[in-house]
Amino acid sequence: MDVHTDSSTTSMISLRGLTKTFDKTIHAVRDFDLEIVEGEVVVIVGPSGSGKSTVLRCINLLEIPTEGFVTVDGFELTDVRTDIDHVRAEVGMVFQQFNLFPHLTVLQNITLAQRKVRGRGRAEAEEEAARQLARVGIPEKADAYPRQLSGGQQQRVAIARSLAMDPKVMLFDEPTSALDPEMVKEVLDVMLELASEGMTMVVVTHEMGFAKAAADRLVFIDEGEVVEVGPPEEVFSNPRHERTRAFFDKILY
Amino acid sequence: MDSDARTASSDHPEVAHLPQRKAVRVRDERPWWDTFPWWGVIISAVLIWMAVQIVQNDDYNLAWERIYPGLRITVRTTFQAFGIALIIGLVTGVGQISRNVVVRNLSRTYVEFIRGIPILPLIFTVALIVVPWAQDRIGYKIGFEMRATVTLALIYGAYMAEIFRGGIQSIPPGQTEAGRSLGLSGRQTMRSVVLPQAMRAIIPPLGNDFIAVLKDTSLLSVLGVLEITQKTRQFSASTFKFREGYFVVAFIYLCLTLGLSILLGVLERRMTRDRKGER
Repeated sequence: MDVHTDSSTTSMISLRGLTKTFDKTIHAVRDFDLEIVEGEVVVIVGPSGSGKSTVLRCINLLEIPTEGFVTVDGFELTDVRTDIDHVRAEVGMVFQQFNLFPHLTVLQNITLAQRKVRGRGRAEAEEEAARQLARVGIPEKADAYPRQLSGGQQQRVAIARSLAMDPKVMLFDEPTSALDPEMVKEVLDVMLELASEGMTMVVVTHEMGFAKAAADRLVFIDEGEVVEVGPPEEVFSNPRHERTRAFFDKILY
Repeated sequence: MDSDARTASSDHPEVAHLPQRKAVRVRDERPWWDTFPWWGVIISAVLIWMAVQIVQNDDYNLAWERIYPGLRITVRTTFQAFGIALIIGLVTGVGQISRNVVVRNLSRTYVEFIRGIPILPLIFTVALIVVPWAQDRIGYKIGFEMRATVTLALIYGAYMAEIFRGGIQSIPPGQTEAGRSLGLSGRQTMRSVVLPQAMRAIIPPLGNDFIAVLKDTSLLSVLGVLEITQKTRQFSASTFKFREGYFVVAFIYLCLTLGLSILLGVLERRMTRDRKGER
C-alpha cells in the first residue's frame, strides 16, 4: 500500500487501526490505516455501506471510533484530554444535506461560529463572510434565507461557512449527492478551486470526474477496509483488485 | 387495532386504522362563507349576551362585584406558575436527553412521577405535607398562595419538559452535527442552533399549557386561595345565588381563555408564514 512517509511533508491526518462497530456486531470500519499529508486531496470511493462516510465522520469525531487512533494536525482526537471543539474548528465539514441553519440568514450562518468560536467581532466576521461568499460565487445572497436558495447555492454557502473558520482540513461527505444534476458542477468547481489552492481535503463522492481532476490519491474501500490506494488514473485504468474492478465496472460508462 | 374499524373497511384491512374521510370535490376557491370564522361570531354573541345579563341584572351585578377582585390573584398565579414551569420544563426537558446519566434519570423520574399523579392530590400533598415539612426546616413561613403557585409550576413543569424534549428531538441531528463540526460546544449548539428552531414546534403546545394553567388556578380554591373560583364559592355559599356566581365566573374565564387563544392563533400564523417554502 502506498503510504506517504516522506519526511519533507507533514502529516495532517493520521488514521491508525481505526475500527468502528455499531451495535457491537456490525463492523462499519475495520482496522483502517490512512496517512494524509498537508495539501493533499484524497478521494474515498466505495460501494454503498462500505464505511466511507463513517471513516470521514471519525476524522472530526462525529462518530466516536470503537478502537484505533485519529490524529489531526498533531492532535490525538481519540485522547480524552484533547479539546475536541478546538480541533473541530480547524476541520471544516460539508454534508450531503447541506445542514444550513434554516432560521438564520446566509450571512448569519457564516458568522455564527466565527463569532462564538473564533471570537471575532461582528464587522470582522461579516467581512470574512462576504469574502467567502464572493469566493463561492454568490456574494449577492448574504441576506437570503437558506430556503430561498437552490440546492447548489445552499451547498456553496455551506462550503463558505466552513471556509470562514480558516480550517486546516476540509471534509466533504457526498457533497453533490443531494443535488439536481444541473447544480453539481457549480459545487465541484468550488471544490476544484479549493484543491488547487492547496487545501487538505478528504472527499467522499461518486463523482469520478472530480477524482480524476483533483485527487492526489484515490482510496477504494469495501466492507470497512482499504482495498486499494493510488493515483486516480492508475486505480481507474488498472485496478489491482477484483473488488475494485467490479465496482468501477458498475459505475463507469 | 380496533375491531370495529376493521369491519368498517373489510376490503382493505391493512388501511382500516387510517381515518376514513369523505371524498371532497377539489375547488380552486372556496366561497367566503365557507372560510369565514363563524365560531368567532357565535362565541362573541354569547359573550355579549352574558355581559348584558351581568350589567343589567342586579343579582348578576352583585356577583360580579364580589368575584371580580379575585382576578388579580388568578392572573398573578397564572403568570408566576407558568414562568416557573417554563424554567423547570426547559431544564428537565433538556435534562432528559442529557448525556449525563444522573441528570437524565433525575429528570425522567421527576417527569414520570408528576405526570402519574392527578393534580388535586398533588396540590394537597405538596401544600399540606411537603411544604410544612420544608418550612419547619428552613424556618421560613410559606403562604398558601405561594404553595399553590409552586405546586402548579411543578406540575406544569413536568408537562412542559415533554414539550421541550419533543421540540428539541424534532430538529434533525444534522443541525447539531453542523454546529459541532464548526467547533461550537454542545451548549452553544443547543442555544444558537437547536432551540431557536425547536421554538416553532414548542410555542403552540406551550400556549395550550398557558391556557391550561390559567384554568387550573381554579383548583387552588381548595387551599382557600382567594382567586375567582374561591370568590365564587364564597359568594354562592353565603347568598345561595349559585346560578349568578358560576355564570359570572364562567364569563370571566371565557374572556381570558378566548383572548389568549386569539393571541396564540396570531402568533402561530406568524410563525407558519415564516416557514413557507422551507425544506
